[in-house]
Amino acid sequence: MANPYEPDNRIATAERRVVLAYMGIVAVVLLLMMVFGLLMRLAQGELVGLSDMWFYRVLTLHGVGMVGIAGLSGAGIMWYFLRQYVDLSLAVAWLNLGLFLAGVALILASVLYGGFAGAWTFLFPLPGEPMGMWQRSGAAAFLVGLLLVGVGFLLLHLDAARAIFARYGGLGRALGWPQLFGHNDGNAPAAAVVASTMVLIVNTLGLVSGAAIVIMMLINLYAPALAIDALLAKNMIYFFGHVFINATIYMSIIAVYHLLPRYTGRSWKSSTKAFLAAWTASTVMVVIVYPHHLLMDFVQPQWLHITGQVISYASGLPVLAVTAYGVVTILYRSGIRWDMASGLLALSGFGWAAGTIPAIVDATIVVNENMHNTLWVPGHFHFYLLLGVVAMGLGFMLWLARTYGRAGESWVDRVAFWIYALAGLGFVAAFLYGGRVGTPRRYAEHLPEWVPYDRIGSLFAVLVILTTAVFVIRFLASLRTASAP
Amino acid sequence: MYQAIAWQISVIGVLAIALVFLFVFLRSGEAVEYAPVQRRFYRIRTVWFIVLLVLGVWLSAETLPHLPYAATHGRAGAEPAVTVDVTGHQWYWEMDPRELPAGRRVAFRVTAADVNHGFAIYNEDSQVVAQTQAMPGYVNELRHTFREPGTYTVMCLEYCGLAHHRMITTFQVVEAEA
Repeated sequence: MANPYEPDNRIATAERRVVLAYMGIVAVVLLLMMVFGLLMRLAQGELVGLSDMWFYRVLTLHGVGMVGIAGLSGAGIMWYFLRQYVDLSLAVAWLNLGLFLAGVALILASVLYGGFAGAWTFLFPLPGEPMGMWQRSGAAAFLVGLLLVGVGFLLLHLDAARAIFARYGGLGRALGWPQLFGHNDGNAPAAAVVASTMVLIVNTLGLVSGAAIVIMMLINLYAPALAIDALLAKNMIYFFGHVFINATIYMSIIAVYHLLPRYTGRSWKSSTKAFLAAWTASTVMVVIVYPHHLLMDFVQPQWLHITGQVISYASGLPVLAVTAYGVVTILYRSGIRWDMASGLLALSGFGWAAGTIPAIVDATIVVNENMHNTLWVPGHFHFYLLLGVVAMGLGFMLWLARTYGRAGESWVDRVAFWIYALAGLGFVAAFLYGGRVGTPRRYAEHLPEWVPYDRIGSLFAVLVILTTAVFVIRFLASLRTASAP
Repeated sequence: MYQAIAWQISVIGVLAIALVFLFVFLRSGEAVEYAPVQRRFYRIRTVWFIVLLVLGVWLSAETLPHLPYAATHGRAGAEPAVTVDVTGHQWYWEMDPRELPAGRRVAFRVTAADVNHGFAIYNEDSQVVAQTQAMPGYVNELRHTFREPGTYTVMCLEYCGLAHHRMITTFQVVEAEA
């Protein structure tokens, strides 16, 4: 069997370092943001005192922080594997990280000094109408911070587009269209290339939409006479937000495609019609499915609502019938070498597939009328983020630690893995059940009948944080060795 | 009221997927040749794909004719008996009238004076029975027929600032006169 810890010769030390820097920042911020999340659950469970003002500031930081590092984690994974096929610019990778950190600094300042608490979705016109809750400069700093982070990612994707064009001659070829729509000669680009191409297409559109509305809102903050239509703003923000957070999983899954084969000695063929069709279909569906966030905006055209439901259903097919199914296929009687990395990557296949179910349920319009903006919503996205995206990121980190950092593992890691998986499930179940009993999301205080589920959720959150800390410490401790030439 | 069914479907679906992964995990130790495994799994996948497709089409056919929007919810001969004007403010609800008949179609014309709010109606069991967004510059018309008389609570379901969670009011639904 192939050695899963064989270093990649096609990645130079300097290139590995940028990936380690991405993942190192992700590891630290992930833990901090998890603590923020726990703080909110504890406050809702009446176990700690947190003023309403600070609850909503923490909510804003937790949301924007988690979305940001999910993106950074996905970008780190994408960059590492894509670099092995195309000539990516190291300078652009560092520039993205620099813009990310500058943006984070501004966002932190906007919340901690400017008092901004407009939530990461910054729905217009709330940032400019805080009723004295924050200063205008706080809202502006948040929006500029977001813009810097977005511009960084946009440059990264444009660089990926440049490199993919140079090697494959076009995005269609990089998506394997000659093999999908013509004779399949078995030579479609590798999974990392197909996935990165899909992501650069959707994320470029999403980031441009996000940047446009952020700039419009920045102008409106200081020149309110330049009015913005609230519904148009909502469409643009949710289009950006939906695409960006979805792109994180489509980037992170690359680790599963490229690492599970090393652990099982089996190949994950990208040159199959099913694989290529799934990725082309996902490219279209991720772009047009966002109206499912606006199902309760009754003035939107009804065909948009129906598109939201139908495309949400259809979006489940590539995940359930191709990617997660591929994980099951590659694992079955494979003689896989289990370690924390392969365990987390396999878990992420489950997390993504299972997380689609409450998502699809909520995208059903008649259900959405009862469940929209209840705790069901964080229940579904924590499901595929915690047990999908984060598991992929942690799995990749631990593989790096093992391969380049000579990290070992002990029974502590194995216990941590199972607690992470089970407590993660319990944590999302507490959210989902909160939604089932009607608890609104984003409430600083809960009614007495909702408090028990907040406390159960808090308990599971503590376990998730402790076990994540085991993985994070393992990775951070290996960084010095892993970044050596 | 779909809360219970949403929970049940999700639990069953998640457990089913968990069982598949657990089964594969337990069978992952012994290595066999990959090609026969692939052939077998790909055959099963065709069936699985068709099952998912049929399920999706069936669920769409069952649910799409019952949309809450005026175009489908306000079918001919069922014009609203009462119209309620609702405006969301930071952080209170303006609403008139506040006494509504049970068993008759009520139309809520919902808007907002400042920022986005979410107009959600809770019954006495703390379950959302209907909702729509309250948005500056737009009027969303929500139609609902209350089956049970009683006190209903309105909560804000779109984050709107500091006292978002205190933006609560109530109204009464009474037996309609014959």
